[in-house]
Amino acid sequence: MDNREPLMPTIGVVTDIRIDTPDVKTFRVVTPDGKKAFEHKPGQCAMLSIPGVGEAMFSITSSPTNEEYMEFSIKKCGCVTEWLHSMEVGQEITIRGPYGHPFPVDTEFVGKDMLFIAGGIGLAPLRSVINYCRHYRDRYGKIDIVYGSRSMQDLVDYQEIINEWEKDAGVEVHLTIDREQPEWNGHVGFVPNYVKELGFDTNKVAILCGPPIMIKFTLAGLIELGFDKTQVYTTLELRMKCGIGKCGRCNVGAKYVCKDGPVFRCDQLDELPNEY
Amino acid sequence: MSKVRKVSLARLDEFFSAIAHSERLYLPVDTAAGAEYKEWAEGTKWSDALNTVRSAKDFFFPQTENLMDFKMHEKQIEIIDTRRETEDFVVFGVRACDARAFRVLDNVFLAEPVDTYYQNRREHGTIVTVACTRPVETCFCGTFDIDPANADGDVNAYKTEDALYLEAKTEKGEKLLAALTAVTEEADEKPVEAQKALIKERMARLPLANLRPDAFGKDKTSEFFNAPEWKELSESCLGCGTCTFICPTCQCYDIRDFNTGHGVKRFRCWDSCMYSDFTKMSAGQPRLTQMERFRQRFMHKLVYYPTNNEGLFSCVGCGRCMNRCPIQMNIVKVMKKLGGGKQNG
Repeated sequence: MDNREPLMPTIGVVTDIRIDTPDVKTFRVVTPDGKKAFEHKPGQCAMLSIPGVGEAMFSITSSPTNEEYMEFSIKKCGCVTEWLHSMEVGQEITIRGPYGHPFPVDTEFVGKDMLFIAGGIGLAPLRSVINYCRHYRDRYGKIDIVYGSRSMQDLVDYQEIINEWEKDAGVEVHLTIDREQPEWNGHVGFVPNYVKELGFDTNKVAILCGPPIMIKFTLAGLIELGFDKTQVYTTLELRMKCGIGKCGRCNVGAKYVCKDGPVFRCDQLDELPNEY
Repeated sequence: MSKVRKVSLARLDEFFSAIAHSERLYLPVDTAAGAEYKEWAEGTKWSDALNTVRSAKDFFFPQTENLMDFKMHEKQIEIIDTRRETEDFVVFGVRACDARAFRVLDNVFLAEPVDTYYQNRREHGTIVTVACTRPVETCFCGTFDIDPANADGDVNAYKTEDALYLEAKTEKGEKLLAALTAVTEEADEKPVEAQKALIKERMARLPLANLRPDAFGKDKTSEFFNAPEWKELSESCLGCGTCTFICPTCQCYDIRDFNTGHGVKRFRCWDSCMYSDFTKMSAGQPRLTQMERFRQRFMHKLVYYPTNNEGLFSCVGCGRCMNRCPIQMNIVKVMKKLGGGKQNG
């Protein structure tokens, strides 16, 4: 019998837990002997599980260029995530992957100016790409990051954004929050409107991730600015059990989000039935 | 020299006994609830009912199976691989429709990354089909170019008035027949040819003999997805999932953990796209209505699966759903309604 069973996970140890927002924590995971569980590409996902509670798919937040560990920024919103949020450092979980089709960072993105647009926890999958592009800085042109959240407290990775990203040459970060807050000096307003206000030139690729409603209006805004759908990438999220295109539940038309996605170019999404 | 072997019906017990002597043998047996596959033992009587209530997919993709176990020690987790090499077994009496369904399932489970649970059973199972001498009015395997007189078995068998004729189709089948020379005898091909001709003639007279799937298939998503007919077709659907459970090609599954108090057992169980919580997430529900779930099932059989599998349909025309659906809805009605003038039958 072939021993490589795709549904069989390996053990991961949580070595660090960072509280990002009231409902988002970032978990650092390594194997019991302190290595990375497996290699991945930006945009790919992994199945994490607590036996007895359940298994769920999460985007890998850390960049593949991080050689020591993997990180997952996870919002508390269901059974598995609630359990993960209650964990302490040293807890073991199970992990399997990597799954899915990554962002084309080594092909279509090379040499391009990049515009990252994220809303809320939508920054989680983009952080992997952003840090990959920052690592191989000379392969890409100018990098713009538009990131918005409900409030200042809901901005994920805030420390990394202000301490690292904003200080990089050729990287411009545009933060926004939904409603005024006394301690906030930055922009206030929704992401789609902010993108239009910023009025980017269209000679770049745009990468969108966030709640479906944000994606919908931001994409419309980008089209208004003159972007073509072939320049815009996003990720889909549907319920998954296997992660390998067999359990039959994450399909949109003939495509499985777990293996054909989660990354799709917006013109490819137009070819799929409107069911997500 | 003819490769055909035969066993007289009077000596079937000896034949089954000879198989069961070296490996487990399963065959259809009549029960109060219809024909079901059971393990053969002395005295078990084979039912040549046209089809079993449940399909034969259980042999390779069981309704419930233990994938692995976990032991939890404080913060540590131990993963226990519970897989065992399956013993060789023979499934006798499979019909051509169910035999084709294995190919449909193979395309899912044996595609990379290979599902080793399924692969293990598939490698150890030998399929003996029996040709359908008496197909009935709910049969439409011919729609999907399945020939009930020439199935995808390891051995294909043909039943006449007085004997069972056996023809090996694969290496596994040859091996099985080679081990059974003491209970079978060499036979002429003519009775097999006569059976094939008879079945062909009966197939042509079936009410669904002219039903064609040509309107559907690969890359036809946009033609059917927004069809107004889905609403009417799905209106009475109860979402009971019976069709998916008896369907030989339905393979959606769920993975669930069960805490026994001494550890955690992880199970894989059949699931159904007809159920309202099948795609439900904490972030929302992409298929809110029964219409959307109903559409998913039939689009998958007739369009999505063929798109991903070189045009192969994932319906095999066994007719089980026509017999079992509590509201008498089925894939034939869907094909006729959506296919419009392009459908016959």
